[in-house]
Amino acid sequence: MKILVCVSVTPDTTSKIAFKDGNSKFDDAGVQWIINPYDEWYSLVRAIELKEKDASISIHLVTVGNKEAEAVIRKALALGGDEATRINAESNDSYFIAAQIADIANKGAYDLVFTGKETIDYNGSSIGGMVAELMNAPYISLATKFELNGNIATVTREIEGGEEINEVVLPLVVSCQKGIAEQRIPNMRGIMAARTKTLHVVEPIVIDALTNVVNYEMPPAKAGVKLVDADNVAELVRLLHEEAKAI
Amino acid sequence: MSVLIIIDKADGQIKKSSLEALTYGADVAKQLNTTAAALVLGTCTDDLSTLGKYGVGKVYQVVEDSLNNLDAQVYAQVIASVTNQVGANVLIFSHNQTGKSVAARVAANLKAGIVTGACALPDVSNGFVVKKTVFSGKAFANVNINSACKVISLNPNSYKTVATEGSAIIETLNVSVPTAKVKVTGINKVSGEVPLTEAEIVVSGGRGLKGPENWGIILDLAHVLGAATACSRPVGDAHWRPHHEHVGQTGIQIAPNLYIAVGISGAIQHLAGVNRSKVIVVINKDAEAPFFKAADYGIVGDAFEVLPKLTAEIKKLKGIA
Ligand SMILES: Cc1cc2nc3c(=O)[nH]c(=O)nc-3n(C[C@H](O)[C@H](O)[C@H](O)COP(=O)(O)OP(=O)(O)OC[C@H]3O[C@@H](n4cnc5c(N)ncnc54)[C@H](O)[C@@H]3O)c2cc1C
Repeated sequence: MKILVCVSVTPDTTSKIAFKDGNSKFDDAGVQWIINPYDEWYSLVRAIELKEKDASISIHLVTVGNKEAEAVIRKALALGGDEATRINAESNDSYFIAAQIADIANKGAYDLVFTGKETIDYNGSSIGGMVAELMNAPYISLATKFELNGNIATVTREIEGGEEINEVVLPLVVSCQKGIAEQRIPNMRGIMAARTKTLHVVEPIVIDALTNVVNYEMPPAKAGVKLVDADNVAELVRLLHEEAKAI
Repeated sequence: MSVLIIIDKADGQIKKSSLEALTYGADVAKQLNTTAAALVLGTCTDDLSTLGKYGVGKVYQVVEDSLNNLDAQVYAQVIASVTNQVGANVLIFSHNQTGKSVAARVAANLKAGIVTGACALPDVSNGFVVKKTVFSGKAFANVNINSACKVISLNPNSYKTVATEGSAIIETLNVSVPTAKVKVTGINKVSGEVPLTEAEIVVSGGRGLKGPENWGIILDLAHVLGAATACSRPVGDAHWRPHHEHVGQTGIQIAPNLYIAVGISGAIQHLAGVNRSKVIVVINKDAEAPFFKAADYGIVGDAFEVLPKLTAEIKKLKGIA
């Protein structure tokens, strides 16, 4: 059984979001890079848990990114996983990225592909579905539970106002979110082991991007808070009703 | 060349986020001087001709019971076939659970560029540029779609539904529907709850409430407002509230009309998920809590005293005894 875990490198959640070159590029000055939390906490950890139960499972990480991504990928390997591949390209176009990952997934005949439910930078929620389409495999999004029994997966996915339980035969692509696993902290042994794990670097296949970012904008600043005295709750209700027209 | 809006439904009824997508899609069609139609997969109890009120002349329907369950692979194939059959070149989804499962798959199938999480009409003056939220709501990106066929998924609560007069013609389509590989073996729904992403008003609690046993004051307030409830991440992590209520950068991102944050400090990761709310009210006993900087209205005070009063005042306003 082979699991491919898609890993994206994103700015740390506390990063100051700013743009440069006429608002056309993300300003990464001073930014700390992390593994996209959904990829790390949920998809990677769930894959590691499956391998802990069944040692015959191999876990392969894949990322599309530049050389700087490698330090972050080593951190992911410190949590677990057998090897990693970095596809040497940078892009914001989800089709370009998905086509690169699908190429690896198809050539390597993976049984299971995990992605996070979205990245915390571009919030696309697109890669899993596209990879599945390009693999001609079923796709279950927003999974909160995942169990394997032979080649049958039982997956719980979020639906509006509840959850749905799905059963499907592998191969399968799943996007993972909270509930599926709990965040782990890498230990010293894992960090040491990660240093010697193989990190392949491959060149991208030729794909035309279907979208491009023209520029970025910051949201308009708030006018400032209107404070109401704690003994005068009626005034807050009046403001919400008459001024904000929110209730 | 036309605009096709993919309608999402729950228990046979059309979702509010799909009505927003319809209004949006009809407006995109006007920009492009073309027509807009809706697509319904499976059966539906609502009268589909009423979708005409939102600006579409036609509703296509693929009447096939198996489509009442979502299998993203099947949906993508059916939607792609319909797109080709009716000659649509702009597809609109709602960026809800269904949209997140299906829209990108359809885009890959059609080799169409996609923008997910759109929050405004495209700018068609020079290309086809769609504004979307990025960095979990901390910023926006304007993204140009270069391909002939285009897919947009619209953030819930970011486009106002407009209903006028009008009735749509329903046309049943014959499309081959592949057999689903995904089997639905169970559904658990929390009944009577307003889905968080569709809610107009959200009441949210943080660690300041001290424990799950104190959530009554949040639920009471939510109840009188007809609001959904949410929570901060530590509250979800500690299982005081279910996971799906966790909002923020690593939870659900929402943009209701009114967000009431109670006992939440306003960490940057929390704000990222809620700062697109139109009106933010913060109730916190610490005047220095960072959330006040992102708020429109605030009360510095103890939630356990303020909330029951607030609930009572709203009852008064609404004439509820
Ligand atoms: C990678 C990463 C991702 C994260 N993602 C998210 C996310 O998606 N969503 C999220 O919410 N957090 C997220 N966090 C956590 C975030 O940094 C904060 O720790 C969290 O939001 C704090 O939750 P809180 O406001 O409920 O608790 P606290 O920060 O503990 O705040 C409690 C507040 O309650 C107030 N209070 C106490 N008692 C009362 C009372 N009686 N009446 C009124 N007010 C009272 C206090 O003054 C305080 O402001 C993330 C963190 C990291 C590192």
